[in-house]
Amino acid sequence: MAQATFRVWRTQPGGGGAFQDYQTEVSEGMVVLDAVHHIQAEQAPDLACRWNCKAGKCGSCSAEINGRPRLMCMTRLNSINLNEPVTVEPMRTFPPIKDLVTDVSWNFRVKKTIRKITPRTPDAPDGTYRFAQRDADRVQEFRKCIECFLCQDVCHVLRDHKKFDEFIGPRFLIYNAQLEMNPIDSADRLQDLKDKNGIGYCNITKCCTKVCPEHIHITDNGIIPLKERVVSRFYDPVTRLLHMLR
Amino acid sequence: MAETTSFTYDVLVIGAGGAGLRAAIEAANAGVSVGLICKSLLGKAHTVMAEGGMAAAMAHNDDRDSWKVHFADTMRGGQYVNNWRMAEIHAKEAPDRVRELEGWGAVFDRTPDGRINQRNFGGHRYPRLAHVGDRTGLELIRTLQDHAIYLGITVHMEHTVVDLLLDGGRAAGAVAYDRERGRFHVFAAKAVVLATGGAGRAYKVTSNSWEGTADGHALAYRAGAELQDMEFIQFHPTGMVWPPSVKGILVTEGVRGEGGVLKNSEGRRFMFDDIPDNYKPQTASDPEEGWRYTQGDKNARRPPELLTRDHVARCINREVKAGRGSPHGGVYLDIAWIKEKLPNSEEHIKRKLPSMYHQFKELADLDITKEPMEVGPTMHYIMGGIRVDADSQMTTIPGLFAAGECASGINGANRLGGNSLSDLIVFGKRAGEYAAAFAKQNGAARVDAARVDGAIKDVLAPFERAGKGENPYKVQQDLQDAMQNLVGIVRNEPEMQEALLKIQALKERAARVGVDGQREYHSGWHTAIDVRNLLDVSETIARSAIERKESRGGHFREDYPDKVAEFGTFNITTKRGADGRVQLSRLPIPPMPDELKQVIEEQKS
Repeated sequence: MAQATFRVWRTQPGGGGAFQDYQTEVSEGMVVLDAVHHIQAEQAPDLACRWNCKAGKCGSCSAEINGRPRLMCMTRLNSINLNEPVTVEPMRTFPPIKDLVTDVSWNFRVKKTIRKITPRTPDAPDGTYRFAQRDADRVQEFRKCIECFLCQDVCHVLRDHKKFDEFIGPRFLIYNAQLEMNPIDSADRLQDLKDKNGIGYCNITKCCTKVCPEHIHITDNGIIPLKERVVSRFYDPVTRLLHMLR
Repeated sequence: MAETTSFTYDVLVIGAGGAGLRAAIEAANAGVSVGLICKSLLGKAHTVMAEGGMAAAMAHNDDRDSWKVHFADTMRGGQYVNNWRMAEIHAKEAPDRVRELEGWGAVFDRTPDGRINQRNFGGHRYPRLAHVGDRTGLELIRTLQDHAIYLGITVHMEHTVVDLLLDGGRAAGAVAYDRERGRFHVFAAKAVVLATGGAGRAYKVTSNSWEGTADGHALAYRAGAELQDMEFIQFHPTGMVWPPSVKGILVTEGVRGEGGVLKNSEGRRFMFDDIPDNYKPQTASDPEEGWRYTQGDKNARRPPELLTRDHVARCINREVKAGRGSPHGGVYLDIAWIKEKLPNSEEHIKRKLPSMYHQFKELADLDITKEPMEVGPTMHYIMGGIRVDADSQMTTIPGLFAAGECASGINGANRLGGNSLSDLIVFGKRAGEYAAAFAKQNGAARVDAARVDGAIKDVLAPFERAGKGENPYKVQQDLQDAMQNLVGIVRNEPEMQEALLKIQALKERAARVGVDGQREYHSGWHTAIDVRNLLDVSETIARSAIERKESRGGHFREDYPDKVAEFGTFNITTKRGADGRVQLSRLPIPPMPDELKQVIEEQKS
């Protein structure tokens, strides 16, 4: 069986860290997470990595593989060059905890600040709603999100500019989008999107869309429509005039 | 007392999958303080992987459906050793629990008239599964999660519970450590809800994530609660078999619900060769009728691929053993063939089964719209679990409740697909409701400091054997091999006796595991702790399976291949005896009320 080298980020007690090389056997069909598990079982039992489903459905095993934000469980070894060491490091946008595990708690705090769903009056006496599949479709695209936070990791507003207090990141923009476009929702989040959520910081470089393992069109279908709504409400001269006259 | 931090809640919920979240929501709504502990990050629990849907007799797609049909289907699927009261409650309450999710933001697929769409599934007479493509579990967990975070519930993520606390025979809380730092925490509570899911990690080929280490089963067992039906394990017929690293990952039954067929290496639809007598009246007589059923023809009967999971799994096992399997030891599951029937089949498949398309494309380099998949049985679900009262979900320990997969009763000898997600929300809600009521009626329980110290000492022991103990991963792997090979789909007494000897030897090895390094996020240490649970629970599985000398549902004995009427009159329970050994007993099933008997008779035709 072939061998490959994995250059894995190991944190050190007391702070900092360094890459350490591990050789392990690789076989057909393996993914990076398999290699990490082999290393844990045979060489480094204390190597920290988060994972759950190993099927691309839970979004736990986010990491940066050869510099690209990806799910370890969905990165097949035959898609990367094994003649060179494969670097595996944690998401760099979030504070490190240990090895490949980062502190993503900021994301959970942000979500709580977003106005929750506010159902309109049901359509039928039994409390149920009627809406067409095509109206479900556009919301369902955003609800495919597995909260892997790779979009947050790659977003330069967070990664490079550290605007954690002013900007909620792509994940929570599409969280807003699925609420705003939910056929039964009646709340209005546009003021918050503009003032509290920092939607203006996004300059639609689409890095988030590129790394999304669920292939959600985060920018085109989520963020841009929200930006348009914000612009037409707050910056369109005609709408503003109408608001002033009211 | 060892160094710990303390938390106090009225209700402590352990596990944040569908059942745990639903319980926490209900308890919080009842006005008590709620703590929620989960082993992973919030929203990552195994519920996320459920695909096909949740069964609820809303009768949107076929107005002949009702709670009665759902009840009868569930009992038939469970081979009549179910807790009939749970099956009744489940069938009656599931529709309301599903509708409620819509108000909380869930966006289900729609019927042409704009209602929640329902799909066909194995063992369900009518289309009954509310669904979102093939990612219904994600929709469920995210909806509950996003509802729960606004209710003031305190969530303790990435915490593992190592022991339950008791006070004079009632539940008093739990001891846990956080995985992140390895610090210990004591949770005092007036009522505790276990919602920890399944035991798949006792087996080598499983659809379960790493979390399925039977924690709730083992915590309850060690606290003296009764387990029941542990011999009944569901091997889902269709798991991936290739490549090796993804072996066991689930291929949703929805593939067959949408018209996918099973074929052996000779191209034969072998499921037509073996249709059990009690399902014959409901099964299609030819492939054409089966196809019409999957496309919603109300006059057609279901194809044999949609027989119950236990039966389909055994048929696949038989084909493989007879040398008619696929190259990697499975059989073929073909949805691509529907191109003969539908002009836009590729788009249709991608829309109906997006996750499956994605999963095979990314993990196996296979396009399911063009080629058949290779599939084989995978350990998917344990029907057995903690014995609970049907209405309140309270275990045999006052103040200790259980819901979801870690509880038992509703499914009997075999669970129907789609009945799990609905089980989570029906009985999760009830567990939360009754736990809150228990907390209101009972004062604070006393925390047993000696038990806390003892639990912590046990859990830290592997560090004292640093560098010289057994490798915990190896112990877990050896257990998985033993259970897979000796207590698997087809069982016999000598092999299961051998399994018991192996489990005993593994318990001794588990007591000697050693780990090096620091406590922070230490996977080896976590495995050392989880494997204790798997060992205790594996023993109850093997002993219960030896006791049931017949074949029924998910329990198949080649030395007793037939169903025996006498064994249909009781459940097998296990508890930990005073000597620390497994105590087994036969618990008679209470007689079913006449009106439920009548419902079953009416639905037999």
